[in-house]
Amino acid sequence: MSAAILALDPLLSGDIGMAEVLIVLLKTLVAFGLLLTSVIFMIWFERKLISDFQNRVGPNKAGPWGLLQTLADGLKLIMKEDLIPDKADRRVFILAPFLSAVPAFVTFAVVPIGGGFDGEKFGAISLFGHDTFVQLADPPIGVLLILAMSSIAIYGVMLAGWASGSKWPLLGAVRGTAQMVSYEAALGLAVVAVVLLSGSLSTHDIVAAQAGSGYELFGSIGIPRWNVIATGVVPFVIFLIAATAELNRPPFDLVEAEQELVGGFHTEYSSFRFALFYLAEFMNTITMSAIIVTLFFGGPAGPEWFGTGWLSGLIWFSLKLFVFLFIFVWIRSTLPRFRYDQLMGIGWKALIPLALGWLLLLGAINVGRDEGWNMGVVVGASLLVLVVAWGAITAAVDVGRRRRVSDEEEALI
Amino acid sequence: MGYLDGFRVTFRKLFEERLTRDYSKHNESEGGGKSDKPVRLHGRHVLNRYEDGMEKCIGCELCAGVCPARCIYVRGADNPPDDPVSPGERYGYIYEINYLRCIHCDLCVEACPTEAITESKLFEFSFTDRQDAIYTKAELVVGDDGRPKQLPWEDWSDIDTVAPHTSAWMRATAPNGSAAYEGKVQWAGELGFGVRAPEQGQSVPDGAADTTDADTIFSHPGEPGGHDEAHPPAGSEGHDREEGHA
Repeated sequence: MSAAILALDPLLSGDIGMAEVLIVLLKTLVAFGLLLTSVIFMIWFERKLISDFQNRVGPNKAGPWGLLQTLADGLKLIMKEDLIPDKADRRVFILAPFLSAVPAFVTFAVVPIGGGFDGEKFGAISLFGHDTFVQLADPPIGVLLILAMSSIAIYGVMLAGWASGSKWPLLGAVRGTAQMVSYEAALGLAVVAVVLLSGSLSTHDIVAAQAGSGYELFGSIGIPRWNVIATGVVPFVIFLIAATAELNRPPFDLVEAEQELVGGFHTEYSSFRFALFYLAEFMNTITMSAIIVTLFFGGPAGPEWFGTGWLSGLIWFSLKLFVFLFIFVWIRSTLPRFRYDQLMGIGWKALIPLALGWLLLLGAINVGRDEGWNMGVVVGASLLVLVVAWGAITAAVDVGRRRRVSDEEEALI
Repeated sequence: MGYLDGFRVTFRKLFEERLTRDYSKHNESEGGGKSDKPVRLHGRHVLNRYEDGMEKCIGCELCAGVCPARCIYVRGADNPPDDPVSPGERYGYIYEINYLRCIHCDLCVEACPTEAITESKLFEFSFTDRQDAIYTKAELVVGDDGRPKQLPWEDWSDIDTVAPHTSAWMRATAPNGSAAYEGKVQWAGELGFGVRAPEQGQSVPDGAADTTDADTIFSHPGEPGGHDEAHPPAGSEGHDREEGHA
């Protein structure tokens, strides 16, 4: 039974013996170590890069180019006094940081980080005579797991704010919960577009579907078969914006808006528990970038510039990941924070309708292709429906605004 | 591109030159070291001496009187006739500045009739003791080479650069109150540095070297600064000002 569930990974398709367990343990250790190390360097990278964007120097004292700054900060944090406020709900207060940090790691477990996808083996590598994927786990519901984990991470924020027994964390947590729940919908709808095209929820299959030479648009210059193009860019943009909001990164960092809420949900946290939140935040950034790369940019699949082995996949994955980490820092250093009603307005009135409409369009095109319908008619009819729907939404928003204004005027009288 | 213009702005910053100097590297060649101080920076005070080694302070207590923070304590005393400390009748017998109170407003420097107290460019002196915060006369008076005394808790690593700038801006102010240098030196010589040239920006280019009159005005031991020491200090100062404006 268990073998059937886990059958997607060739490692677990046969009998499960000591060797298989050891390989999985090894992969766990490597993935965990890799993620923690990359978090340390991500924090350094972000601080250094953001100071570059702001014409500063940034950390440069601890180690060469300040590389060990994060270690020093972490050490300092752990040595600090661990404070639990009197009014705090002790058990929940202690639980919350782990609820925040563990999902960040679990999400990373389903991300394929290497393996050559162009050869015969289809992303599998040989490890001690066993074939396995270069990802910790490949559940058939990988994408659902990602969405579920990002939902659980909200509990970390919410419970931290609630259990602190203080008003600023509570306000931050309420904001954060509302924001993350709102953007979760747009995020999910953008992912559905990818799932629709790949026909699978398994992250490995999604990457495998994007591998290969791809479309040939201008003669010999091939465009990779990445989902970002196949889904028509819009889901990717929606996903990027919604992911930034999910991560509580600027310009969506209302959860910890320093000017308004002191530290937001982690105001009352100190020492190791604060370090966990901090870690989770940056771990989430890396994980979310990895998910974007997996879903929209072909993960470890890429042209054979670095050979065809497992290293090629790892190099491609790292390069793409790096680009998105850069973009996240770039966004942070450029955009000012949203006002709260603007945040909700973008989420509910722009992103969700757009994602939904685009999903319908993609669905109609897919069905039309399968049934052999006339593409022009399908696309034309879909666009007509979308325009009508857009008009209806605009009208509804407009009516709502006018009602609100007249209500306010009545209240004034 | 409207909304996306900001991204171009921040991206350009990546390649701009950094203005930050690495302070902790005490080496100019490594892009570090201290930056040059502004001409009018108010740092820790020094008590100056004449070129012959005599102290300029005459113990008039004007600095203490004008100090808004009440951080200066001065007691004057009559000069011992056989071994005078300063030219003239009296000298600063006790001179203390409490740097826990001093706000570096420079009013003492303005008040001083003999240019005895001026401010150096030193601001990096983090003492750890209240006693250390009170600088006594022995610590404030410049050494025999005319340079400020270097105390253990003071960072004088750039003393070669800042030592020549201990005598403040006042040197270039003409007697009539105008800030412009009028081709005639009106200030006293200093131990170790002699009579200084006018400050940059106040001197007329060709008159800058005209320091010949200084000796006749200031360096006479009996009449420092041309002030009549017999008058009470406050009266002396007012008298002097009136003359200047007349």
